Amino acid sequence: MTALNGMRVIELAHERVAFAGKLLADMGADVILVEPPGGAAERHHPPFLNDAPGPDRSLWWWHYHTSKRSVEIDLGAPAGRERLLALIDQADVLIEAEPTRRLADLGLDWPDLATRRPTLIHAALTPFGRGNPASDLPATDLTLMAGGGPVWSCGYDDHSLPPVRGLGDQAANTGCHYAVMSILTALLARMTTGRGQFIDVSIHAALNVTTEGGSYQWLVNGTTVQRQTGRHASIVPTGPTQVQCADGRYVNTGVPPRIPAEFAALNEWLNALGLADQLPEAVFLEMGATWQGPFDLSLIGKDDTVTAVFGAGREALKLIARSISAYDFFMGCQRAGLATGIIYAPEEAFEDPHFRARGFDVPVFHPELDRYIRYPGAPWRMPASPWRIARRAPTLGEHEHELFGPEDS
Amino acid sequence: MSGALARYRICDFTGQLAGAGATKWLAAFGAEVIRIEDPVRQGRWDILRGMEPFKDERRGIDLGGAFNNHNTGKYGITLNLRTTKAREILAEIVRQSDVVTENFAAGVLENWGFGYDALRALRPDIIYVSNCGFGHTGPYAEFKTWGPIVQAVSGLTHLSTLPGQPPAGWGYSYMDHTGGYYMAMAILLALIHRERTGEGQWVDLACTEAALTLHGPTLLDWSVNGRGTRADAEQRNSNRSQWLPMAPHGIYPAQGDDEWVAVVCRHDADWQQLGRVIDADWCQSPSWQTAAGRVEDQDRLDAAMSSWTRTRDKHAIAGALRAAGIPASPVMRPAERVDEDPATGDFGLWPTVAHSAIGEVRVDGLPVHLSETDWSITRGAPCLGEHNAEILGRLLGYSRETVDALTAEGVL
Repeated sequence: MTALNGMRVIELAHERVAFAGKLLADMGADVILVEPPGGAAERHHPPFLNDAPGPDRSLWWWHYHTSKRSVEIDLGAPAGRERLLALIDQADVLIEAEPTRRLADLGLDWPDLATRRPTLIHAALTPFGRGNPASDLPATDLTLMAGGGPVWSCGYDDHSLPPVRGLGDQAANTGCHYAVMSILTALLARMTTGRGQFIDVSIHAALNVTTEGGSYQWLVNGTTVQRQTGRHASIVPTGPTQVQCADGRYVNTGVPPRIPAEFAALNEWLNALGLADQLPEAVFLEMGATWQGPFDLSLIGKDDTVTAVFGAGREALKLIARSISAYDFFMGCQRAGLATGIIYAPEEAFEDPHFRARGFDVPVFHPELDRYIRYPGAPWRMPASPWRIARRAPTLGEHEHELFGPEDS
Repeated sequence: MSGALARYRICDFTGQLAGAGATKWLAAFGAEVIRIEDPVRQGRWDILRGMEPFKDERRGIDLGGAFNNHNTGKYGITLNLRTTKAREILAEIVRQSDVVTENFAAGVLENWGFGYDALRALRPDIIYVSNCGFGHTGPYAEFKTWGPIVQAVSGLTHLSTLPGQPPAGWGYSYMDHTGGYYMAMAILLALIHRERTGEGQWVDLACTEAALTLHGPTLLDWSVNGRGTRADAEQRNSNRSQWLPMAPHGIYPAQGDDEWVAVVCRHDADWQQLGRVIDADWCQSPSWQTAAGRVEDQDRLDAAMSSWTRTRDKHAIAGALRAAGIPASPVMRPAERVDEDPATGDFGLWPTVAHSAIGEVRVDGLPVHLSETDWSITRGAPCLGEHNAEILGRLLGYSRETVDALTAEGVL
């Protein structure tokens, strides 16, 4: 069985909370998506199947609503509220991203819901927290990422260029990760207390604690990281790690060698490629290969020899990268034990032999199209309670009959 | 102390952030997390242990600020697993643990003789969660990664860029944080499964696969429509809207040195409101009165926006636009969002912990509140071997004298 088999989750359709529902649904929870009359706005979110819009053609919708069931409910009407309450009466979890006062105004908020259903876990995902009126001001992924910390740390060495927001709706994704961690924790707590609870998730707060040194450098000693091209924002400028290879693609040269075996492997590879005489720092590379005792990284920039040896490793990697293809660089480095990476487009990773061999892409049947579509698959391999896309995203009102019977729908 | 997870004990080999971040969550909700560290190498399999930032410029293996941030509330013991006695102690700890966690490169724990089969022999319902870059199977299983490598290989780096520039990528290990979130979810799911069935399992978490799931619509656009993201890479501006036709949609220069403001018009109504706030002729440009027209002409639109924002304070801009119902935000500096932002401070996001060697220091809290069993972060990360006597006393009944003798023998 899957971990969440038999758990019922009510999700009030909203773009910010969709991923939390998917993470639970693909682990076996029965997630019922409650859409407003006429369907959720996200049904019209591009991209679309064959670029033709339509309520059941949004690929955004397809991805974020796998394994869920759907009903249309008008929460503005008394009958609609009764239908939602009927669902709540059998639910373990409610997840929503509504404006902070909306459910209270409808008489559908915590703690009223707890009186009716004491075992209910109610998770609210808002931009700045349930108690903060700023959560009701308009916000998008870009503005949340700009205000929450990620953007400050991302961009280029050249600070006349704006800082950069990475794509993929990562603000909502991060909020949803925390929502799911909280819900799972509350489910475990409920096993001993027998009671549900209310969970307040702030996307802004979630981003604030997802910035590594952006936050903790300031917290620990009041220093401020500065963004750099393709690598960690830093207090002290660090050497470039991103190199364009002979085939025009980029690689991340990662963490240069730090132990003698890594220096030795790199030196050997450099020689095998016939590039050693092009590296002025080759002598320091050899020094690294025969280094005695601990190689203390905290002395970089303070001890001349440590700095030179570390720098030689980095220069050797850059020289090799410029001389061969990105994929060959990635393979060669990793076989030498060095953590480097090719900078793939997502679809290139999707087609890479490693992820294909692991079965990361999974087929999902779309009966209306009479074909299988390849979807991104499991974030983890959990053999006793496997992740699985049970079905494609629901069409509008698809499960009315199942859930409410013919007379009521 | 929160009781949510108080009945669980975690035998924790994690390090850095991708692993340590996961067990930080468990500890904050009351789980007993016992870090196992190597006394010979002074716990350096977690490179952050003795690394910057340092408080008060005091350096040392117990004084790493990032390590403290990621390991709050955990216990720490040292075990020299090269010795038979230490391996016996570890076996006993595993017998009394619910979960074993690690984020070494694939195969490291197996090579030490504590792979899943060995763990299961010690405790049949053990949950073992491993977190590495490429997982434990497949052609790259042996490969090593760090957050930036996961981000590179998964496409996150590629999709963070400006036109005519190399990838900007992520200026921090987004996937160490997020890999930790997936690891925490996996541990919690496996605990739920065990509570319901009595069954343990080995969860193989590949951080790069977790990262790939963060690009769902992009991957479906590829698998369904055959549209990739390589061909237009040179022109991509990832500050612009990824899918919906929204413009302006950018990060614009504001008054001051390296000050920026993000502004988004979601639709024509936002644009009309923006025109009322800016009150300049270019806002009335006929070709910019529709979303399609603005998206088509974004380079010129962004130049016009920049000319307006450049001479104004970022907070003033964001305040005026938000008051008019338009999404906007300053690009917040660390000091601003940590010390001057009620949305983090009033949320209790930066708890102060007491660390045995560092003293009092603030750390990242958790961005959630649970009404009945909320988290609590009060204690700093453990110093090396700080809890040897306490844990070995409590779990194995060792006396202080026994612990001292084992320390002298090089076992602890």
